[in-house]
Amino acid sequence: MSSEPNVTNQPLVEVDDLRVDFGSHRHPFHAVRGVTFHINKGETFGLVGESGSGKTTIGRAIIRVNPVAGGEVRYQGKRISGKISAEEDKALTRKIQMIFQDPMASLNERAKVDYIVSEGLLNLGRNLTREEREEKVARALEDVGLLPEFASRFPHEFSGGQRQRIGIARALIMEPEFIIADEPISALDVSIRAQVLNLMSKLQKERGLTYLFIAHDLSVVRFISDRIGVIYKGQLMELASSEQLFTNPLHPYTNALLSAIPMPDPVRERDKKLVVYDPSCHHYEKEKPAWTEFEPGHFVLANERELDGYRKKAGK
Amino acid sequence: MDEKPILSAKDLELKFTLRGKVMTALRGISLDVYKGEALAIVGESGSGKSVFTKTFMGLTDANGAITGGELRYKDQDLLALKTEAQWRKIRGKEIAMVMQDPMTSLNPLKTVGWQIQEAVELHQGLKGKAAHAAAVEALRDVGIDDPERRFRQYPHEFSGGMRQRVVIAIAIACKPQVLICDEPTTALDVTIQAQILGLIKELQKKYKLTTIYITHDLGVVANVADRIAVMYAGDIVEIGKCEEVFYDPKHPYTWALLSSLPQLGVKGEPLYAIEGTPPNLFMDIQGDAFAPRNPKALNIDFVERPPFFEVSPTHKARTWLLDPRAPKVEAPERIRHLKEEGVSLRVQ
Repeated sequence: MSSEPNVTNQPLVEVDDLRVDFGSHRHPFHAVRGVTFHINKGETFGLVGESGSGKTTIGRAIIRVNPVAGGEVRYQGKRISGKISAEEDKALTRKIQMIFQDPMASLNERAKVDYIVSEGLLNLGRNLTREEREEKVARALEDVGLLPEFASRFPHEFSGGQRQRIGIARALIMEPEFIIADEPISALDVSIRAQVLNLMSKLQKERGLTYLFIAHDLSVVRFISDRIGVIYKGQLMELASSEQLFTNPLHPYTNALLSAIPMPDPVRERDKKLVVYDPSCHHYEKEKPAWTEFEPGHFVLANERELDGYRKKAGK
Repeated sequence: MDEKPILSAKDLELKFTLRGKVMTALRGISLDVYKGEALAIVGESGSGKSVFTKTFMGLTDANGAITGGELRYKDQDLLALKTEAQWRKIRGKEIAMVMQDPMTSLNPLKTVGWQIQEAVELHQGLKGKAAHAAAVEALRDVGIDDPERRFRQYPHEFSGGMRQRVVIAIAIACKPQVLICDEPTTALDVTIQAQILGLIKELQKKYKLTTIYITHDLGVVANVADRIAVMYAGDIVEIGKCEEVFYDPKHPYTWALLSSLPQLGVKGEPLYAIEGTPPNLFMDIQGDAFAPRNPKALNIDFVERPPFFEVSPTHKARTWLLDPRAPKVEAPERIRHLKEEGVSLRVQ
């Protein structure tokens, strides 16, 4: 999805020093700490980390499901975290949409596709006649490669890949600008993953959509993202363009993630050395780490000593 | 590898009856599994790979029936086993299974230790302290620290990867001969996935287990499998040593599966996607089941089912392309160089 003319340098979403807490006030659990990044209009930003790292929480904080405990989220330059007016709220609901991980669990089993896809329109109180609504549903279904007849069926009549397409149609019908895709393909078969990814690519090209793509598998994210953020235990470890991250990974955790990607090559796989990330390798007691721009567009969380090491390795 | 297979299926046919309609889930499938090897069965959802391995343990759903063929474990005819009591001598004790989702395969109301001990008591006839010791030993075997304390904990106190370790501990606590791992890592993260696969591999060596992996992701098995069987629509379409299937695949479906791996994707180009959907198994399948989705299918693919052609003594594939009269069709470009270049994570 890179090198598209659609990708701009205008930030659409800005996440600034974001903190999200769970649990009681007295014993808060910091699920996300001091996360700062921005997503340009028209690009795909990949967010990678293991389960429990807070990647979904960030997505949910942007879409305002989880309240923000500190920092802020801006959309087109305007703050959208915390209290906003009802009008803005309504507009944002349309502009930001989400695609979920498990297409089996995220569709209402008792509703027909017609209702599932158009529920967002109904909720926004748009006064549509029945014909208008049916036409919109039919168009949304066609956009994702399904037949308009499917509108009268129930979710259980579809395969996993088709269900994920319904999930995408449900987001598209709102004519969003920004889509948060939370592990949209990890519940799908390898052969079907490609179909869904290609569909997302195509829609992005046609409509200039902006994606936040959340996943735990770097091999998929590399393929689809322009820039990638690597997150561990609620903190960003490294942020770079896909090229930079794959050719010159700095942080040990990024290296661990990269080494875990299974390769379709038996000989190499057998003598592969798995890198295991050990957070105690850092020695941050003496010198605190800081979020530093190592080279243009390539950020890493490191202290001075580690940065020196990285510079030496890069031959600078 | 021994000469004689430990598990052997021959022309196995299995049918499900659903609302009066009959679905053929296994269409005359044959497979020999040898002692000590690691075999991977790869295929899409609905290809029948789970249904097939469930027959080894007598776990076929009630509306399914084996309607033809043979199934043997060592010298025993598995199809002759009728009662649960007979099956229980095989299930768990001789052939054990690790299920896909560690969240659902453990009982949330019982401690982890109790669940392992239960299996030990049932299958090894140990009681009391001896059973307890065996269960703790099993926890230690799967790399869980402080097993005595963990023994008393409940599944919710374990992370996903740790839970899968517990499931594996239950499976190996009874010292089975054959371990079937049904998508053991699909529900797990990539980093944890690598660890769990490593663990199974280690245990396989330690206990000389015969392991059968079931997965939809060819990328996962390069590391662990000795042999790979590719399944499509209830039958094996290609089987061979790991290197043979990765470096010299012959069946168009294997080509398609390999090509669709995201690791091989080139940025900026669409990923390779297999068009269409698997065939409807309620219908009779004519010819090669994959033909309708194969853009380069031959005419004969739609008429007659291909037999197995031998590529090497260990490698065979069910495709007419291997017939001497067939036109020469090369494997797609993007998977032809898996060996020479290896697969680097190319980013353009």
